[in-house]
Amino acid sequence: MTDSPAGVIHDIGYRKYDGPRLGRGRVTRALYAHSLRGAYGLGRSARAKVLPMLLLGVMCIPAFVIAVIANVASGVTTELVLPYSRYVVVTQGILTIFVAAQAPASLSRDLRFKTVPLYFSRPLERSDYVLAKFGALTTALFLLIAAPLLIMYIGALLAELPAGRETGDLLLALLGAVIFSAVFAGVGLVIASLTARRGFGVAAIITVFALSFAAVSALQGIIRYEVDDPTLAGWLGLLSPITLADGFQTWVLDASSSAVAPPPGATGGVVFVLVTFAVIGACWALLNLRYRKVAVS
Amino acid sequence: MPVIQTEELTKRFPSTTALDQLTIEVEPGVVGLVGANGAGKSTLIKILLGLSSATSGRASVFGLDVTAEGPRIRERVGYMPEHDCLPADVSATEFVVHMARMSGLPADAARERTADTLRHVGLYEERYRPIGGYSTGMKQRVKLAQALVHDPEIVMLDEPTNGLDPVGRDEMLALIRRIWSEFGITVLVTSHLLGELERISDHVVVIDGGRLLRSSSTSEFTRTSQTLAVEVSAEADAVGEALAAAGLTVKREGRLLVLPLDDDEVYDLVRDAVAAQGVGLIRLEQGRHHISEIFGEDQGGAAR
Repeated sequence: MTDSPAGVIHDIGYRKYDGPRLGRGRVTRALYAHSLRGAYGLGRSARAKVLPMLLLGVMCIPAFVIAVIANVASGVTTELVLPYSRYVVVTQGILTIFVAAQAPASLSRDLRFKTVPLYFSRPLERSDYVLAKFGALTTALFLLIAAPLLIMYIGALLAELPAGRETGDLLLALLGAVIFSAVFAGVGLVIASLTARRGFGVAAIITVFALSFAAVSALQGIIRYEVDDPTLAGWLGLLSPITLADGFQTWVLDASSSAVAPPPGATGGVVFVLVTFAVIGACWALLNLRYRKVAVS
Repeated sequence: MPVIQTEELTKRFPSTTALDQLTIEVEPGVVGLVGANGAGKSTLIKILLGLSSATSGRASVFGLDVTAEGPRIRERVGYMPEHDCLPADVSATEFVVHMARMSGLPADAARERTADTLRHVGLYEERYRPIGGYSTGMKQRVKLAQALVHDPEIVMLDEPTNGLDPVGRDEMLALIRRIWSEFGITVLVTSHLLGELERISDHVVVIDGGRLLRSSSTSEFTRTSQTLAVEVSAEADAVGEALAAAGLTVKREGRLLVLPLDDDEVYDLVRDAVAAQGVGLIRLEQGRHHISEIFGEDQGGAAR
């Protein structure tokens, strides 16, 4: 005490905290923001930023090209070479990689490092955790889709295409993007929540998305053109998350379909809508079920 | 008013009974919860936090029922799990800030409290490096910091000295003592070593097989759990017999004679016995019962 050397930082003792304590809602929002930033590697290591930023770049390049074409060829054509609503399906490979990388980064990481009990020993409820993670990945995907669509929209306006029509198409496509994002995020998170091993999660998600899309598209092609049964081909679209969400926006938002076969007729359209919402709801229920059991060990 | 109260608390798993009609009361202070592995310590903490539900019986923290008011309890409790729970790829600062926010602290307060808390647990420059590169001792400090960062009214520490070397163990125990004596936060700390808990606890609860073995203040406990090891140069058997004749329970452990140290009179008896045999006294050492010895005696007695 008497001869403490200069420059020593003195322990000022323990200070009580009597500031505000935020409730569940605000905590959920903080976890949502944290997870959303995390999906783009913000607040994480430099290495974690590489992939999401690269994918965002790759996602925007075709949109930029389309915007340039619209301006260069504005005398020749009066519309964009690719409608907004088809952009998602054309770039679905990139979206699949994004979900495959970020869903496990979001959930498997907490499982692997056993951080989950630390969340659940705090005011947060388990459903709040699921809500924050689901919402964050859906938003991250939505931003990934919305960014290139906005580039195309700006390109279209610069090319002096009819502004009213372009705005309407863009808004419908953005609505479709919400559905795509929710379906992708839900399926991806359910798979990721089942494994603590990130590698397994990545592989499983890519397999489910890519394989189901390839298989469904191939089968649809064979049945529609070889067997000549477009109705059955349309129904097959229910079996892959990508064609399912595409069918949803084709029917509800009157978008142009990118699938080999669109949903068959009005009944088909209604079924596609119901199944889409059922899939999102089922993912929500499965995640909640999973986290009710997890991490008591 | 007791901070924690349980009443006939029972938890059954399909294959075992983890807690068997456990009734305890915990007053403010440092409370040690001692038991062998699998005695039900972790299960009790998880029920108190609402992470796991009891099969029957009641439990309350701050007078709030654990099943009905879990969220309100969890706002005021800090929990340090027994297992690893730290992500390897972020720094201690980032991690503890995040956990502070998850406890409901606003962003600014979370950063300020994190800096304070990490300093209190003894993490300095290394707090900016990824946790993956930390030693076990440093990881335990980070785990403790995340339990304290939101200034809870009680912290539940599950085996905080696990995996630490003797020096790290002593530092951790001193830190735990400070949580009550300087920070004013009640501590419920578990261990399978009675010896280390009686050094820092005001009250010790011993459970075995999910049942309460004893619950008493530490001073009471220490008296009955202390032992005296005696080593003599020759004639150990004769000395042992002499001590037994004087009314002590003598246990032979190789070359050592182990006696219960009930009061200081025991020293006199040893002196007299050794002098009477005319042998040399090589070692006279105070020791404490390891918790497993207490159980060992009980179970051994029952088996025979």
